[in-house]
Amino acid sequence: MITPLASDPSDHHVHPGEDPHAHDEHELTAAHAHAHADVWLSDVSAGYGERVALEHVTIAVEPGSLLAVVGPNGAGKSTLLKLMAGLLRPWTGRIEILGAPPGREARRVAYVPQAELVDWAFPVTVEDVVTMGRFPRLGPLRRPGRDDRRAVASALAQVDMARHSQTQIGRLSGGQRRRVFLARALAAEPDLFLLDEPVTGIDATTQELLMDLLEAQAARGKTVVATTHDLACAAQRFQRVLAVNRTVVAHGPSNLVLDADVLARAYGGHLLVLEGGTVILDDAHHHDDAAPGERHFHEGDGSR
Amino acid sequence: MDVLLEPLGLGFFVRALVASTLVGVVCAVVGTYVVLRGVAFIGDAIAHAGFPGVVAAYLLNVPFYLGAAVAAVATALAIGFVSKRAGLRQDTAIGVLFAGTFAFGVFLFSTIQGYVADLFSFLFGNVLAIGPGDLVGLVVLGLGVIGVVLVLWKELLYATFDPLGAAASGIRVERLEYLFLALVALTIVVSLQAVGIILVVAMLVTPAATAQMLTVRFVRLMVLAAVVGITSAVLGLYLSYWLDVASGATIVLVQTGLFLVALAFGPHGAIARRRANVRAPAEQPA
Repeated sequence: MITPLASDPSDHHVHPGEDPHAHDEHELTAAHAHAHADVWLSDVSAGYGERVALEHVTIAVEPGSLLAVVGPNGAGKSTLLKLMAGLLRPWTGRIEILGAPPGREARRVAYVPQAELVDWAFPVTVEDVVTMGRFPRLGPLRRPGRDDRRAVASALAQVDMARHSQTQIGRLSGGQRRRVFLARALAAEPDLFLLDEPVTGIDATTQELLMDLLEAQAARGKTVVATTHDLACAAQRFQRVLAVNRTVVAHGPSNLVLDADVLARAYGGHLLVLEGGTVILDDAHHHDDAAPGERHFHEGDGSR
Repeated sequence: MDVLLEPLGLGFFVRALVASTLVGVVCAVVGTYVVLRGVAFIGDAIAHAGFPGVVAAYLLNVPFYLGAAVAAVATALAIGFVSKRAGLRQDTAIGVLFAGTFAFGVFLFSTIQGYVADLFSFLFGNVLAIGPGDLVGLVVLGLGVIGVVLVLWKELLYATFDPLGAAASGIRVERLEYLFLALVALTIVVSLQAVGIILVVAMLVTPAATAQMLTVRFVRLMVLAAVVGITSAVLGLYLSYWLDVASGATIVLVQTGLFLVALAFGPHGAIARRRANVRAPAEQPA
């Protein structure tokens, strides 16, 4: 299945009412980047039921990248992450994750869902949750052993939660909860981190700590893809920014983001200007207060 | 002491004791996942769906648990499939399937000439009537269910707690979902004769719900649920023998009693919770 797109016309998806040559340029660059990308999507469209969430997404993410996915509510950020995690099948287009179809290399992938999707009353402690990160590599029958306990302890120490290891997760603060889930991802020792809103709704100290850890992982050659509503954080702490709004709006180094500090102050952190003058208005800050019932359906619900 | 030992001289009582203990353990183990997933209704539905299987087995003159197992597992998998693929809400799919299959059971039942006490006992349970052959079948089935959970407890736990994270890291969440439904179905089959179709959901849910009032750790929760399950089964059986009342209902009543005590006085029960709220209302995270 690892054929370059250009030589495989059967995979060339043309959508009604579109110029079939419009994507050629995209695909040449995508095919070129394909060979050494950890995350590779080519002309991917996806959605839920009949509803389109993302269209014509083509991206390649190099190993060692620290990539922020930004965009307004309903832009398809979480959908993009789910496609990468193999949790959602694309309608059209092709995806390769760590050189294979999504899901094939799942044990090398750690996915952290949004905090509001977790049942915090569940009878597990901090240590239990982090140990789950080791389950996929253990497989059935084997119990966590010395290596696993060491990996769990190390992950807990890295996020500074070791002294809370026996605490039930519902008793933690928002920042502590995010730390625990990052620790679970760290304990899995993955090559690709897929994090849905890892720094949303947490204190500045936790945000700095989590970003330092992710930076260190990227420096070791691991790939980190994280959605975020925090544009200042995206501009300052991530190497690259991918802006989406139903499709890729912009993708580039975050140091080309124009004077994020000033803009963040002027617009209260809701505005991002990327190379080429693309302006993204982030309407996300009411997101955390959204009614629980809304959370599954916020992708592609036409809020553009 | 004699009051406890005297019934043990009776073959049917010993068989009933073995069967109730088995039911207590199997239901508690599988019920822990049922409670944590919030799918008690599925348990109730699968139990009712087992009825046509029991009647069919009677008509075909094969062991009841074979018929019940086929009907219950088939319905469980159908519930899983329909709610995933048909675009119906899961409770709607369950409501349709469970009423339909139970009605089919009643339909079959009504074709049998005369009164069939044997079959009637499956509605309300009669563990004292369990035969040696059936007991062997149930023990094999029950130990099989526990064996599968022992092998896959980690994966089931991860898939229950965080299905997205588990699936993304390579755990076959969808297959586990179907397997879990099949385990619930077999658990119900094991419990049918002891407590009956109508009360089996209590066996599945109450011990784990009781344990939830006592601990917030998963493994302890499962062990405590099993302890509650066994205690209430044995206690309920003796009580029903001494008082000469229905065994299934007595077992369930003992369970309900234990639950109410834990609800009131358990470290995570109502009183403890209230106290914690009064002491430190700000500490409760949103």
